[in-house]
Amino acid sequence: MADLEQFQQETRDWLEENCPKAMRKPMRAESDACWGGRNFEFQSEDQRNWLKLMGEKGWTAPEWPSEYGGGGLSREQSKILKKEMARISARPPLQSFGIWMLGPALLKFGSEEQKKEYLPPIVRGEIRWCQGYSEPGAGSDLASLQTRCEDKGDHYLINGQKVWTSYADRADWIFCLVRTNREARKHLGISFVLFDMASKGVSTKPITLISGKSPFCETFFDDVKVPKENLVGTLDRGWDIAKYLLTHEREMIGGSGGSAFGARGLGEVAVSALGADDDGQLSDTALRAKIATAELDGWAFLLTMERTKDEAKAGQGIGARSSMLKYYGTELNKRRFELMMASKGLSALEWEGEASNEGELPRAWLRTKGNSIEGGTSEVQLNIISKRILGLPDPKVV
Amino acid sequence: MALVYTEEQEMVRDSAKGFLAEKASVSVFRKMRDAADSLGWSRALWVEMAEMGWAGILVEEQYGGLDFGMTGAALILEEMGKNLTASPFLSSAVMASQVLRGASEAQKQAWLPKMVSGEAIIALALDEGIKHDPAGSQLQAEKLGNGYRLKGSKTYIIDGFEADGYLVLARTDGEAGDKEGLSLFLVDARAKGISTSSTKLLDSRNYAGAKFDNVEVSGGDLIGEAGKGLDALEPALNAGRIGLAAEMLGASAQCFESSMEYLKDRSQFGQKIGSFQGLQHRSAHLYCELELVRSAVIKAGQDFEASAEHSGMIASLAKAKSGEVAILAANEGVQMLGGIGMTDEHDMGLYMKRIRAAQELLGDYAFHANRFAKWRGF
Repeated sequence: MADLEQFQQETRDWLEENCPKAMRKPMRAESDACWGGRNFEFQSEDQRNWLKLMGEKGWTAPEWPSEYGGGGLSREQSKILKKEMARISARPPLQSFGIWMLGPALLKFGSEEQKKEYLPPIVRGEIRWCQGYSEPGAGSDLASLQTRCEDKGDHYLINGQKVWTSYADRADWIFCLVRTNREARKHLGISFVLFDMASKGVSTKPITLISGKSPFCETFFDDVKVPKENLVGTLDRGWDIAKYLLTHEREMIGGSGGSAFGARGLGEVAVSALGADDDGQLSDTALRAKIATAELDGWAFLLTMERTKDEAKAGQGIGARSSMLKYYGTELNKRRFELMMASKGLSALEWEGEASNEGELPRAWLRTKGNSIEGGTSEVQLNIISKRILGLPDPKVV
Repeated sequence: MALVYTEEQEMVRDSAKGFLAEKASVSVFRKMRDAADSLGWSRALWVEMAEMGWAGILVEEQYGGLDFGMTGAALILEEMGKNLTASPFLSSAVMASQVLRGASEAQKQAWLPKMVSGEAIIALALDEGIKHDPAGSQLQAEKLGNGYRLKGSKTYIIDGFEADGYLVLARTDGEAGDKEGLSLFLVDARAKGISTSSTKLLDSRNYAGAKFDNVEVSGGDLIGEAGKGLDALEPALNAGRIGLAAEMLGASAQCFESSMEYLKDRSQFGQKIGSFQGLQHRSAHLYCELELVRSAVIKAGQDFEASAEHSGMIASLAKAKSGEVAILAANEGVQMLGGIGMTDEHDMGLYMKRIRAAQELLGDYAFHANRFAKWRGF
């Protein structure tokens, strides 16, 4: 306990000294986020410095082992760091698929060389990763993917197409699921490979979404040569890695939906937009009741995320429970944005112009519709919970 | 603080599990219901529970209690919820003993040892209408020399039939709806002018209406300060709400477990009905909701232990969410069981009735959603 108190004091002092003033306010827009990588254009010197300082301490990935550049913190210490950062409204120094998804998979399945090579640049935000999973013919049925990877003796040769690759046009490297065996059953012929997006034969094409934005790409591989040491784990057994990584992706997607409830409450947004009665209660009583329900669910969900992590620490493992966080968190986030739209009335429909920050709210609202699709649809999550947690029988194939 | 149970708390749960399975399972409750006993619980069994330390679980050690904390009490209630165990645990051991923490030394000496031994129980006489609304109390406490005279009536008193004492919320000042001006009195049930009658509700538990016809009480019967009765009551209400939330968590978990067993057992169209996606997705959704309830109940217990007075927001979260989900679990239980779920022979209906009552007691979903919203500034 005394150690934790000391850690808290040291952390507070360090953040006080090192976190730039400009990085001590909440992110207002997507463009405030720092993604790092070879080609990232920092918005400011403060943003660059904040990433550098945090990356050097390993606090962009607080709980990773320090030998791979991580912070080497315990779960309790990491909670303190989070709390202390929140205390001064410090922005996250880095958004990273490397930290949220690839890192945990490499820590579990990667070779010692791979961990040493790939993890430290992720922590420092030097290499930005994207995820090559979905294909035009492999969405919910991900394991039916067809991107071909052939053994050419001293290298692999990759041909095929991925889709819904988040930020493929801005990423430096890709972690990619490929088919290495066409004879085996579909789950048993998949491998997990890493390669540079600057490799010859890789091209990307952004997809415009209903929000008018393009966070996703189509990604094409045309005779891409990949060194054989870039295979992670065992050949043809990449599905195990894919699934493990998905539990982290699902936790991340579910979490991003839930965490919004901790910050500025929906009720506060509605009161400031629509006004309150003499008791300070939202005048629109029907909307107030709906918001109260969403807030109750939001709080209970936040507590559930926290508890799930606490239990994982106590050795109970999160596993299929990530499907619960993904399903509930994303459905909740959709509800939250519907209520935000309702709270802001007609002004929520403004699509362009300075007043609406170029339609930030309606575009974000539309973006949430994808939350319950990406990383496995809500229906897929419910299937996983039914099978893995509840032990309900498989449907009979007729 | 991590949202997990400690080893000591797990031990309490395990011993409750074993004890209730042996002595107070659903079949015991069913027999009591069939006998239409107005007490609704067994004195002999309550003494046995007291011997386990349950009657004094929240009582300070110097009065013979365990002072174990709300999380442990909630775990016992969760197990009671699973078994539909009827006992004065919630009313007397959780709520009344919480009120008594603020009582005078004389009051504590007079009541706590008897409560801890299982000899006496105290019920809280709060509501007068059909919705939970302590501030709406009109029962008058007129000043009479150094004491007061109580005039009025209370309804739906939990375990109020044949209770040994009552904590009566009475108005010493102001009018119905005022949060100030209410005072809390601890009155012996044998006091002249008190008459009670059993009220039969659908869950076959013990409820009573009580008339207070010029009941004379002394200044020493007051709990805390005159006019500050709601403040004296708040921690006990929080405890009761968390307790009911825990009980509903247990009851709904049991509904869910029975439903899942049935889905794995029952065949139609040549396959187990649990293989149908229409039922799988509803089951998986309910699973998630139950997990949310458990998180809220654990957090509420921990918040209560940190500060009983300031645990109101999360207590309301736990009570609202657990009630909502328990109703869903019971409804899904009957629906998934189909015809058998509609029969009195199956236990599902007993759970459905208890859940309906528990979610209404001490404030329903709307009551607590409203409170939660106020706390959140809207």
